Amino acid sequence: MSTSVLEAPEQTPAPQKDGKVGGGLLDPAQLVRSLPDALRKLNPATLWRNPVMFIVEIGAAFTTVLAVVDPSFFAWAIVVWLWLTVVFANLAEAVAEGRGKAQAATLRAAKRDTTARRLTNWTPGAHVSTWDSVGAADLRQGDVVVVEAGEIIPGDGDIVEGIASVDESAITGESAPVIRESGGDRSAVTGGTKVLSDRIVVRITQKPGESFIDRMIALVEGANRQKTPNEIALNILLAALTIIFLVATVTMQPLAIYSKAQNPGVPDSLALNGDGVTGVVLVSLLVCLIPTTIGALLSAIGIAGMDRLVQRNVLAMSGRAVEAAGDVNTLLLDKTGTITLGNRQASEFLPVEGVPEEELAQAAQLASLADETPEGRSVVVYAKQAYGLRERRPGELAHAEWIAFTAQTRMSGVDVEGRQIRKGAATSVMKWVRDNGGHPTADVGHLVDGISASGGTPLVVGEVDKGGRARVLGVIHLKDVVKQGMRERFDEMRRMGIRTVMITGDNPMTARAIAQEAGVDDFLAEATPEDKLALIKKEQEGGRLVAMTGDGTNDAPALAQADVGVAMNTGTSAAKEAGNMVDLDSNPTKLIEIVEIGKQLLITRGALTTFSIANDIAKYFAIIPAMFAAVYPGLDALNVMRLHSPQSAILSAVVFNALVIIALIPLALRGVRYRPSSASKLLSRNLYVYGLGGIVAPFIGIKLIDLLIHFLPGMQ
Amino acid sequence: MGATAAGVVFIASLILALGLTYRPLGDYMYRVYSSRRHTALERGIYRLIGVRPDSEQRWAVYARALLAFSVISILVVYGMQRLQDKLFLSLGMPPVTGHIAWNTAISFVTNTNWQAYSGESTMGHLVQMAALAVQNFVSAAVGMAVAVALVRGFARSRTDEIGNFWVDLVRGTVRILLPIAVVGALVLVAGGIVQNFASPHEVTTLTGGTQAITGGPVASQEVIKELGNNGGGFYNTNSAHPFENATGWTNWVEIFLILLIPFALPRTFGRLVGQNRQGYAILAVMGTLALASVVLTNVFELSGHATVVQAVGSAMEGKDVRFGVPDSATFAAATTLTSTGAVNSFHDSFTPFGGMMTMFNMMLGEVAPGGAGAGLYGMLVLAVITVFVAGLMVGRTPEYLGKKIGSREIKLASMYFLTTPTLVLVGMAVAMGNQAGLAAMLNSGAHGFSEILYAFTSASNNNGSAFGGVTVNTPWYDVALGLCMAFGRFLPIVFVLALAGSLARQAPVPESAGTLPTHRPQFVGMVVGVTIIVVALTFLPALALGPLAEGLS
Repeated sequence: MSTSVLEAPEQTPAPQKDGKVGGGLLDPAQLVRSLPDALRKLNPATLWRNPVMFIVEIGAAFTTVLAVVDPSFFAWAIVVWLWLTVVFANLAEAVAEGRGKAQAATLRAAKRDTTARRLTNWTPGAHVSTWDSVGAADLRQGDVVVVEAGEIIPGDGDIVEGIASVDESAITGESAPVIRESGGDRSAVTGGTKVLSDRIVVRITQKPGESFIDRMIALVEGANRQKTPNEIALNILLAALTIIFLVATVTMQPLAIYSKAQNPGVPDSLALNGDGVTGVVLVSLLVCLIPTTIGALLSAIGIAGMDRLVQRNVLAMSGRAVEAAGDVNTLLLDKTGTITLGNRQASEFLPVEGVPEEELAQAAQLASLADETPEGRSVVVYAKQAYGLRERRPGELAHAEWIAFTAQTRMSGVDVEGRQIRKGAATSVMKWVRDNGGHPTADVGHLVDGISASGGTPLVVGEVDKGGRARVLGVIHLKDVVKQGMRERFDEMRRMGIRTVMITGDNPMTARAIAQEAGVDDFLAEATPEDKLALIKKEQEGGRLVAMTGDGTNDAPALAQADVGVAMNTGTSAAKEAGNMVDLDSNPTKLIEIVEIGKQLLITRGALTTFSIANDIAKYFAIIPAMFAAVYPGLDALNVMRLHSPQSAILSAVVFNALVIIALIPLALRGVRYRPSSASKLLSRNLYVYGLGGIVAPFIGIKLIDLLIHFLPGMQ
Repeated sequence: MGATAAGVVFIASLILALGLTYRPLGDYMYRVYSSRRHTALERGIYRLIGVRPDSEQRWAVYARALLAFSVISILVVYGMQRLQDKLFLSLGMPPVTGHIAWNTAISFVTNTNWQAYSGESTMGHLVQMAALAVQNFVSAAVGMAVAVALVRGFARSRTDEIGNFWVDLVRGTVRILLPIAVVGALVLVAGGIVQNFASPHEVTTLTGGTQAITGGPVASQEVIKELGNNGGGFYNTNSAHPFENATGWTNWVEIFLILLIPFALPRTFGRLVGQNRQGYAILAVMGTLALASVVLTNVFELSGHATVVQAVGSAMEGKDVRFGVPDSATFAAATTLTSTGAVNSFHDSFTPFGGMMTMFNMMLGEVAPGGAGAGLYGMLVLAVITVFVAGLMVGRTPEYLGKKIGSREIKLASMYFLTTPTLVLVGMAVAMGNQAGLAAMLNSGAHGFSEILYAFTSASNNNGSAFGGVTVNTPWYDVALGLCMAFGRFLPIVFVLALAGSLARQAPVPESAGTLPTHRPQFVGMVVGVTIIVVALTFLPALALGPLAEGLS
């Protein structure tokens, strides 16, 4: 993995995106905008995919016929609210889809037709080639195109020659340009993005019509959204519940006829006559009992879940992957950039015996002033913070000669005012001291070993003073700095039952020290891509689901093997192809958020299912006495809500049933609040809120609606 | 000691006795079903029926073997009834009429023991013993085999095999039911229950008339009737007959036998899946539901305020003075909570709410603790459904005992829990909507309807007890109830075995802190809740127009 470039996004998360994620509240205007779509979805040819709402539509159509044949205020009121129930359900879905449509529109704008300059006989290294002009849509895999400053890249591909700064804001929303260059892990470019400077040659890797932007548009629009495994299973359960309530309602009819016949003195009513329960009331009961709430919101929940990912700039190639994220048992996290800040930093100055700390700090700072590597800068910063040493600009020192780091010398430093200072790898600096006639004492070795054992990197500082005396001053302790809050994140993960494994190229000793400091459960040191792949396979054999992030071509097999593979957008095309998600922000920490979104998606479905079923209890208490108290006055004891009349009771239940859908759309879009905690605690909380709440809420709601509607003029 | 105190001691001593047998019997059954050794007797049987006992079956093969065995059983029982005048020990009884023989054959093979006939005046000794009592053993063993096969589905991984039906059937019969039955029969004989091959005695009664007293191999049949949750009595009045249930303490023994195996099976389940605490959780669900039901039935019966009850001072109508109100109520609860269906009192004469409790017990799907085996597999299916909804609420793909509950599992579980309510409700609706159905009703109003509802609930859930008040030995009812019994038994079994096959194929998912724990009170409470709510929601309209309407008036 590359470590140095482009760590920027995570330190400066784009604030406007966070704002969007936090929102999710329902905008009334959005409801109005989605209404035409909602009405279009009434078409039975599409609605049948949602069996619960399809039954409601059939019921609504049936009662409409009944109301036409035998009109009454009550019948028409029921008809209207049954149709509204279906419309509200469609509205939920339309609103959820509407949010993605806006994003798709911006993407489409980026996809406008560009002309590509296709090189006809390009060979690596050839500076002059002939090109012909073709439409971007006609480009094939393997074509080579040239793109210059100001031009739009015509398709997804890898840079094979050159380096350029590219504006990728069309996809990522991030306005700062990024550097793309041939070779290595930053060679991938995306069609639709704009080259700002320089000239690059790109080999197209996409098939026509299957570009990244094409896939993105399809995803955010939810055009070919596949139902996820859990969604399918839940749909089956809902269908079964619908069947059971259908049977319970339909089989009631002979009993109703019998009961009515057994009590000949009871007059016919709008609910019950000699032919049994009237069709309108029977349909009302059925619609109230079948799980309409969850049936109406189920697909909106799924779409909104994907949408939440998109808002966090993550593209999931399938809903299945999002769901798998919720099930993940093991997270593989790269050390650098994810767990630790990108670079090692000075954290301590350890002088050898006889040298004051101040002196070592002085020398270390001097030696690092011109050192522009992150490590060098960190020495200067640390000297200032810990010892109050003024930061000096290299130019302030007259006649200073700066010695740059080279792979051969493995040290850098400065020659100033007759004094030579060097800092670098322990062996190199000690050799330099010896070569200048000095004798490093044994405690240098102890200090170096101590730092190595603690997982740090030792930098030895040595000097040859004006008198030509060479000696070692001390050791700088360079340390991998674990990002703030990581330990808490990992503790959360553990509570959620997720094991975190740190992947690093460091040696085992260093790796163990950092793993301990960061609080991860395990680590894989000196990891090669093959090790990674083997680790994933081993975890999966034990039935565990594995998630990981990666960006390099050599990560591709592991990304493909992992159940959730998040490729960084900065990564190579191979990595992006292999993963099932792409993070446009290229922020490896986001894996944790993806897991949370996956869980939230499932929790929202489960909670609303529980709520929906729990609602039925109150509806029975409203409707059963309304239907049969006339023949069996004792059943009025079940009318615990003391509803005004049979008609108002039935209508109230139907109205509540419809309104609760609208009321829960925001929850469906936003998702149930999720705090990482153990399964038991989560379940308890959700059971109280959605189980108990689901039992109580309709009693209150139906009563309130009844209090309102019994004033309606046509109501008895 | 007052009636209430006596009732409490009666129930408490039952709980104690069942508690004491839970571990040893459960462990013993675990060893029976997981042992690799065959006894000489068993080896003989396998050779006779041509089975290789060491080869295992895929779920479809297991199901086919089970269905084939059941079809042949039905034909044999039917044939023996139709030809009983040609067989020994027929006591001179004529052949049983076709529709009754058909109904009875299905009834005994499906472990229902619905009796559309009067035992002592229809069946000879040979039919009672060789046809009916044999089915009492094997039909119970079939139920236990299916339960064990389902548990193997949870316990195993990456395999297609869920056991060998013939081995499970033979072992359940020979190693579990037979030994307990022998001991139990001796205890019952000691309690005064008859066991002979005598022809009917003509006796002159005190009033000077004559009465035929039929003896017979009663104790041997009585014990398996209770132990195997069959319920088909030797006599028409079933366990209310003094020859079947002589005293208060034989009554205790019979209830104990009814509950013995169903309450010990959760232990077997826990052992088979390697987590005893999972067994305790299932036991807790069954125990909670059962205790609540027993207590409520007792409360309704003891505090009943129907007209007759107030006139006599207690709800003694239809109950035997040997047992009194609490012991009758407890028996009624036990027999309907399991798939037994034996009765020691007339459920029809219970208070409306007490009668409703017996119906509600059956509507639960007979899972608390349910029939031998059938209770466990029914409860596990409910646990699967609960896990699914609860699992979603903790943000993971639901899993139970390390097995993912995906769409295939939910499909099978859904079909399972759809079957019996559909049979009950459709059967009842058809009966209420046609002349043949209505003509058999002896009562009117809400109570008359309750009797029909009870009949279909009992048949579809393979209980076999009757409310009475319906002339059920008509061809229409024999056919309708026979179909309910057959579908109510075999459709769920096929779904359960398919579920077992689907679970066995999966690789287990390791447990983590994010896994929903299924052994804690929280989960126990949820399964109890799901069971009650799903049943209440399904049957409330029917109950409202029957016992609720009657009881609230």
